[in-house]
Amino acid sequence: MKNKGMMIGCAIGAVVLLAVGMLVAWGVSSYNNMISLDQEVIKQWSQVENQYQRRADLIPNLVNTVKGYADFEKEVLTQVTEARSRVSQFNITPEVLNDPQAFAKFQSLQGELSGALSRLLVTVENYPQLKANENFLQLQAQLEGTENRISVERKKFNEVVQSYNTTIKRLPASMLAGMFGFGEKQYFKAIQGSDTPPKVEF
Amino acid sequence: MKYSFIVFLIFVSYAFAQPEIPKLKMWATDLTNTLTKSELDRLNSRLKTYQDTTSNQILVLMIPSLEGYPIEMLAEETATKNKIGTAKNDNGILLIIAKDDRELRIEAGYGLEGALPDAVASSIIRNVIRPKFRNEDYYGGVSEGVNAIISAIGGEYTADESDEDSGFPFIIFVIILIVIFLFLKSGGPFVPGGVYRTSTRSGGWSSGSSSWGGGSGWSGGGGGFSGGGGSFGGGGASGSW
Repeated sequence: MKNKGMMIGCAIGAVVLLAVGMLVAWGVSSYNNMISLDQEVIKQWSQVENQYQRRADLIPNLVNTVKGYADFEKEVLTQVTEARSRVSQFNITPEVLNDPQAFAKFQSLQGELSGALSRLLVTVENYPQLKANENFLQLQAQLEGTENRISVERKKFNEVVQSYNTTIKRLPASMLAGMFGFGEKQYFKAIQGSDTPPKVEF
Repeated sequence: MKYSFIVFLIFVSYAFAQPEIPKLKMWATDLTNTLTKSELDRLNSRLKTYQDTTSNQILVLMIPSLEGYPIEMLAEETATKNKIGTAKNDNGILLIIAKDDRELRIEAGYGLEGALPDAVASSIIRNVIRPKFRNEDYYGGVSEGVNAIISAIGGEYTADESDEDSGFPFIIFVIILIVIFLFLKSGGPFVPGGVYRTSTRSGGWSSGSSSWGGGSGWSGGGGGFSGGGGSFGGGGASGSW
C-alpha cells in the first residue's frame, strides 16, 4: 500500500518536474528569441540613423555650392539650413523606438527636412547653369542616393519591427514579454502633407 | 523632378502594386530583344570571367517597361531577390535598364558602396552610358558602362577567398560524414544512421541553374549565374536618357 502510494507520488513528481522543465526551456528560448529580435531592431535602427546622418552631413556642402549662384532664392536655402539644425538638435537614442511621441517628432522633423530639400532641388530646375555644374550634379547624386538608402533602410526597419511586435504580442509569449518589459516598437508611417514635395510655380 | 519622386516614394512605398521580379539566370539578360545573341554572349562571358577572377558579380538586366513602378525599388528588389554578390562581401552590382521608360539605374551592394560611390555611378550613367543610349547604341552603352563600373571598382575584392560556399565548407561536411560512417560501422554509440543519409548541405546555394536560354542562349560553358547571397541597401544612382 505504502509502496504504491510512493510510486504514484514519484510519478506525479516526475510529471510535474518534467512540466516545469519544459516550461523553463520554453521560457528561455522564447526570451532569447525576443532578445535577438530586439537587437535586430536596434541594429536596423542604427542603419536608418546612419543614413539620416549622412544626409545631414551632405547639406552644408550642397548649400555652399548652390549659394554661389548669386540670384538663387535665399528663402529656400534658409529653410533647408533651419530644418537641418532642428534635426541635429533632436537627440536620438534607441529609447525613441519605445516612445510614440518622440518617434513621431523625429519622423516629422526628418520629414520637414525632406520637404525643404526637395523644394531646393525643384527650384534648381530654374538654374540651367547650376544644373550643368559637375560639382552640383555629384552632390545631387549623393543626395538622391542617400534618400534612396533612407527609404530602403526604413523599409527593412519596418520589417524587423513588424516581426518583433508580432512576436511580443502573440500568446503565450506576450505574457513573458510583459514580465521582462519588452514593449511595442514604433514604425515609420506615411505622413500626409508635411512630406509631400511642393509644386513649383514658374 | 526625379528627386521629388524619390521623396514621394519613401512615404508611399507600400501603396504600389508589386511587379514580378525577374529571376536572373545569366549575367546579362535582355527581355526587350534589343541586344543580339552574340552581343549577349560577349557580355556574359566577360562578366562571368570577371566574377571568376574577382568574385564581384555584375549583372545587366534590360526590361521593356517599369509599368509605373519606381526604378529604385525594382532595382533593389531584383538585386536582393537574386542575391547578387557574395554573402561575405556583399559585392554585387545590378545595371538595370527600362528601355521604353528611358530610365536606368546602377544598384551597388553594401560592400561596393565605397568603391562605387553614388557620385561615380551617376557620372558613369551621365557621361558614359547616356550619350550611347541617346544614339540608340544600346550594346555600346551597356558594354562601356560595364567597363567603367569595373574600372571604378578596381581591385576591391579578389576571388581567392573561396567564398562561394560561405557558411559551412563542404569539405568539412564530407569529412564529418566519413567519420560518422566509420563510427557506425564500428558499432559506435551513434543513433539512427538514416538521419545523416538524408541531410543536405548546409548553406548551399548550389542550385547550379543549368539553364541555357532564358532569352539569352549563352553557350560559353560553365553554367549560368547563381547568386551568392549579397545584400543591398539602396546604394547607386539612377538616370534617364
